[in-house]
Amino acid sequence: MSIRLRLDKPWRPLTPEEAARLPGQLGVYQIADAQGAILYIGQAGGRSPFGLRSELAREAEERGPGQQFRVEVNMQYRSRWFELLMVHKADHGELPPDNAKNPPPLGRLSPA
Amino acid sequence: MDFEPSEEQQLLIDQVRRFVREEIIPLEAKLDPDAAELDPADHARLVEKTRAMGLFGIDIPKEYGGPDIDIVTRVLLAIEMAQHRAGLYVPCYGTFGGAGLAQIFEANDDQKERYLYPTLRGEKKTFFGLTEPSGGSDPARAIQTRAERKDNGWVLNGAKIFISNADRAQYGIVFARTDASKGRAGITCFIIDSDTPGFHVRRVVHTLRSSHYATELEFKDCWISDHQVLGEVNKGFAVANDRLTRQRIPYAAGCIGVAIAAHEMAIEWAKMRSTFGEKLANRQAVQWMLVDNEIDIRTAKHFTLEAAEKARRGLPFRIEASIAKLTASEGGGRVVDRSMQIHGGMGMTKDLPLERWYREMRIRRVGEGPSEVQRMVIAREILGSNLR
Repeated sequence: MSIRLRLDKPWRPLTPEEAARLPGQLGVYQIADAQGAILYIGQAGGRSPFGLRSELAREAEERGPGQQFRVEVNMQYRSRWFELLMVHKADHGELPPDNAKNPPPLGRLSPA
Repeated sequence: MDFEPSEEQQLLIDQVRRFVREEIIPLEAKLDPDAAELDPADHARLVEKTRAMGLFGIDIPKEYGGPDIDIVTRVLLAIEMAQHRAGLYVPCYGTFGGAGLAQIFEANDDQKERYLYPTLRGEKKTFFGLTEPSGGSDPARAIQTRAERKDNGWVLNGAKIFISNADRAQYGIVFARTDASKGRAGITCFIIDSDTPGFHVRRVVHTLRSSHYATELEFKDCWISDHQVLGEVNKGFAVANDRLTRQRIPYAAGCIGVAIAAHEMAIEWAKMRSTFGEKLANRQAVQWMLVDNEIDIRTAKHFTLEAAEKARRGLPFRIEASIAKLTASEGGGRVVDRSMQIHGGMGMTKDLPLERWYREMRIRRVGEGPSEVQRMVIAREILGSNLR
């Protein structure tokens, strides 16, 4: 049984058009700069009107061009979001810059 | 036994009920449906209110500064505290405070200074490390984590799974095998600091309960001193077992609280909703579902209060605790399921708390000893202790 800790899908350009192609499902996502450095890890939770589609549409509108994203449809979006944040911190020693501005209560993980 | 609340108990019940309805539920309307935490400012404000109510630290014994609430009253209040969306696993979002793990009250004076008192002051969080990948229902046989003697201490090697809060805790209680030849008499309970070299929180374990996760732990040549033994060497199983039995009573109460909330929603909906020109409440199929809900709730409440009353009197309550846990978790699941059915499509949505209760209530038939283990406990009691 393999358990995938990290999001490793290919990056997609963060544009309104690309966001509009997303499913209206719940899940988690990452935003990165043009070089692939992760800037933010977010979640599309139960109050998102169209799940990942509306969250990424909002991100595209607020951030403008030049950034990338990838998503994971996941009904366990809360625990998966916490996990991605903790794995990122374990890998890089700190949270992504846009999460660090308002950090959630986090534990520590030392993935093997 | 008379389970009618006394005047004093009723006052407390009303107070907590008002708190849930006026303080917790309005805040929940703004949170993610799977949220497990309040905004820190809201949490601090509500803690001040529970302090003013004299109910903060509700599980702390009186001699340690707690409000001196007996277990029967505690059950009655736990039923109230659970009656909101997050209430099954995070009753009132922890605004009534916690007491940490029951076992730590059995610690020696030095351990109390280092662990118990900081926990009661809210400075340290803790975890309970019992279940292993090899099994959870039969810990006496399934525990494979080993603790071996070395340099006036012990070296732990092994793994634990389904452990809540280990990633955020400053310390935890861990059970390990110290004598492989003695079965349940070869298990010792240790207190372990989370920053001990060789202690690792390896991963999040995702479950139906997205609001909160469990973790998997690894102990790799993790050395701890003799001062970290809780109780006596090779007598850890009794510590674990006592906790598991005692914990079943409030665990049952939480299930009852959620069942009551779901049932009340179903009654209200049935009176309001019409199909084919008739209120749902006028249809026998729906009436019978509501009647079955009522019976499940009353049954679970009766057995849970009976267990609590026996515990309060200092009588043996092992079988009663199992019956309470069994009837509340299984009956609670049926109540939530029927209530969803009565709500139709709306019952499946995240607009209502029913779907979260449905997912979380399912876990209750496994957590704190699965239904089958509770039945084994009861069977042994009625058929004889040498039953295999």
